[in-house]
Amino acid sequence: MTDYKNLKLIATSNPHIRGSETTRSIMLDVIVAMVPALVWAVLVFGLKALTLTAVSVIACVFFEWLYRVLMKKPQSVGDLSAVVTGMLLALISPVTINYWMIIIGDFFAIIVVKQLFGGIGKNFINPALAGRAFLVGSYAGAMTSWWNPAVGKAPLFGTPEIDSFATPMSYLKNGDLESLKGLYGIKEMFLGQHGGSMGEISALLLLIGGVYLIWRKVINWQTPVAYIGTVAVISFLFPKAGTGLEWMLYSVFGGGLMLGAFFMATDYATSPVTKKGQLIFGIGCGLFTVFIRYFGSYNEGVCYSIMVMNCCTALIDKYTKPTRFGIVKSDKKEAAVK
Amino acid sequence: MAQAFFGGVHPNDMKAATNEKAIQQLPPPAEVVIPMSMHFGAPCTPIVKVGDHVKVGQKIGEFRGLGAPIHASISGTVKAVEPRPYSMGGSMMAVVIENDFQEELSEEVVAPADPDALTVEEMVEIVKNAGIVGMGGATFPTHVKISGGIGKVDTVLINGAECEPYLTDDHRMMLERPEEIIGGATYLAKMFGVENVIIGVEDNKRNGIDMLNKVIAEKHAPVRVQPLHCRYPQGGEKQLCQAITGKQVPPGGLPSNIGCAVFNINTTSAIYRAITKGMPMISRTMTVAGSGVVEPKNLEVPIGTPIFHVFDACGGLKKGTYKLIMGGPMMGMAQYTVDVPVGKGTGAMLAFCDKEEQTVAHPQCIRCGKCVAVCPVHLEPLFMYQYAEKGMVDELNEAHIMDCMECGACAYACPARMHLTQMFKTGKQLVKDKAAADKAAAEAKKAAEEAKAAEKEAVTK
Repeated sequence: MTDYKNLKLIATSNPHIRGSETTRSIMLDVIVAMVPALVWAVLVFGLKALTLTAVSVIACVFFEWLYRVLMKKPQSVGDLSAVVTGMLLALISPVTINYWMIIIGDFFAIIVVKQLFGGIGKNFINPALAGRAFLVGSYAGAMTSWWNPAVGKAPLFGTPEIDSFATPMSYLKNGDLESLKGLYGIKEMFLGQHGGSMGEISALLLLIGGVYLIWRKVINWQTPVAYIGTVAVISFLFPKAGTGLEWMLYSVFGGGLMLGAFFMATDYATSPVTKKGQLIFGIGCGLFTVFIRYFGSYNEGVCYSIMVMNCCTALIDKYTKPTRFGIVKSDKKEAAVK
Repeated sequence: MAQAFFGGVHPNDMKAATNEKAIQQLPPPAEVVIPMSMHFGAPCTPIVKVGDHVKVGQKIGEFRGLGAPIHASISGTVKAVEPRPYSMGGSMMAVVIENDFQEELSEEVVAPADPDALTVEEMVEIVKNAGIVGMGGATFPTHVKISGGIGKVDTVLINGAECEPYLTDDHRMMLERPEEIIGGATYLAKMFGVENVIIGVEDNKRNGIDMLNKVIAEKHAPVRVQPLHCRYPQGGEKQLCQAITGKQVPPGGLPSNIGCAVFNINTTSAIYRAITKGMPMISRTMTVAGSGVVEPKNLEVPIGTPIFHVFDACGGLKKGTYKLIMGGPMMGMAQYTVDVPVGKGTGAMLAFCDKEEQTVAHPQCIRCGKCVAVCPVHLEPLFMYQYAEKGMVDELNEAHIMDCMECGACAYACPARMHLTQMFKTGKQLVKDKAAADKAAAEAKKAAEEAKAAEKEAVTK
């Protein structure tokens, strides 16, 4: 018979079982979802896209590890969130920047933006976007010169001479839709054969990654749909040139909208927790993106619009609390009457 | 047509180990330990003393106020009346009976001459004297629920959801004793004066639904079966009401506030046995399962049987068993000793020796919001956790922590493996302590003011 006296029992709180999802499995899904865009970047821009991403990932993981060791905090490298940040920062940078530049961006993202605020889940601005904003502020030239994929692959080392090649966003800024149409058709824009940040060019592959994340229940549809939808509707209604439909398609497929909507605006730590809040967040991102593109001094507004909305997250959370269970509409009306 | 409530999770139901095993009678234990608290309310007072001879079904504990009487589950001699370890932690006054294996039935157990001729008052009295409480785990005295609900309740629901993983005893009851369930439901319809009673059953128990429908058709009973999509916590009283009627129980309220009364499958059959045979609640069916149990079973167990006896009847425990859970894996209570007895609300005993327990050393919230999406009572567990951790009582109140029913859905869904439910138990205690302290302070202030006023008065005189 069983020796009941020598059982080593633990008596912890319910629930005694847990779901299969972990922080690590979520981050792994995000990494998987980014792979198509990364592979495309290598095919279009050359091997530099891969080496730059690898350097960025290694730097992010190293900074995360180093901070946790120096501060004598429990190690958190295993959750893979630093890998995600490293990949994202690389994907939103031009392929031609120097390796040391992206390492500086990684330092800012991981140490200043993420760890100094308490690590995963505690930062209030998306680390990768903040890293990019920091690099744009520090190395404006390098961060806004774009490699033209039509002339071949980017060199593995060194900063190449770039004769002011313009991305679709600069044509859109000037309302010069005719010249842009001459360069790339809608199809080229959708598949991603134009210049831009490494990971942002192929709307199709980003869409596939985004749908994968929604299917895996890693992200909700609310944020990306509200974000892209808002940009689409406004561009359709107020085209700067051409027909509304043409203008809308170029606006949606061009720039970092797809990457931002699926991978940046959905960042857990910096976006609202309720689905209602995520809708509002997405709409806000869309509005700011269009405003910056139409009226701002930058060609592209995705990065800054998401960062602005990151700062509004606490406020949105406060005003989108779920209705208390048991309080139905008629109760609310009664309370209002009283 | 299957219906739904808000939120919830879909754990693997793990029911295959026992859902095809018929309910077996547990061999009578040599000794039972019957705690005087197996119901919601104040503990009973023992009315037997050491050395007394007791018979099966004899009343041994009398209740005061909110409660239900307690009966001897075996015949034999009272060996001790003393505090013993009990399932809710700590110890509780208990009557320990040594079995004489005679199984003598008490004269107090008398079957009514014609059960169908009983008045509503008589039926409620029988339910009260039989010591019937909610057997789903909340153990609310059933006679109070019935008498308090008559006139207010227009929808009587029988809870056959059995949404907790591993548990199959309700399912087996449906298959093996459907006439008891339908009979009990018919009496409930009569007591509440409703046209029909609805039994909610999750659709992973298709054969149970078919069996109930068959008996309903044979007996032309005023009962209807409502299949429900599988989702935890469907068997929560408020969730079942929401799934079937679409109405929400108001905060701090009871199902009777929205005209509902909910009874467990086992409770319903206990009502049937009490009304037709005069049998008090002295045994219950339960599932014994989990990776640590050698031979998982469904058993009918006398109330008060120590759990080691229950495990022995299932081939004992495997080596490396590290957790014993009284109840389901989502809401059950981990036990620290095998001496605790089976109570009226014990629907299962689980033993884990595999990797069911999944903790991480330093859980860190990633704000994914999955806890918000699954909370069936619309709370925001991630914020409540922060407030409770920092002892922010006012914020906890504003976040409606007292609405939390500790179902564990948030902690189940949490990818960071935060100890959410545990923290909310702490948080609720903080809120209660603060309320008690505030009340005491207000009373002290009032007393001081009164004393001052009296003093003043004395001086002026």
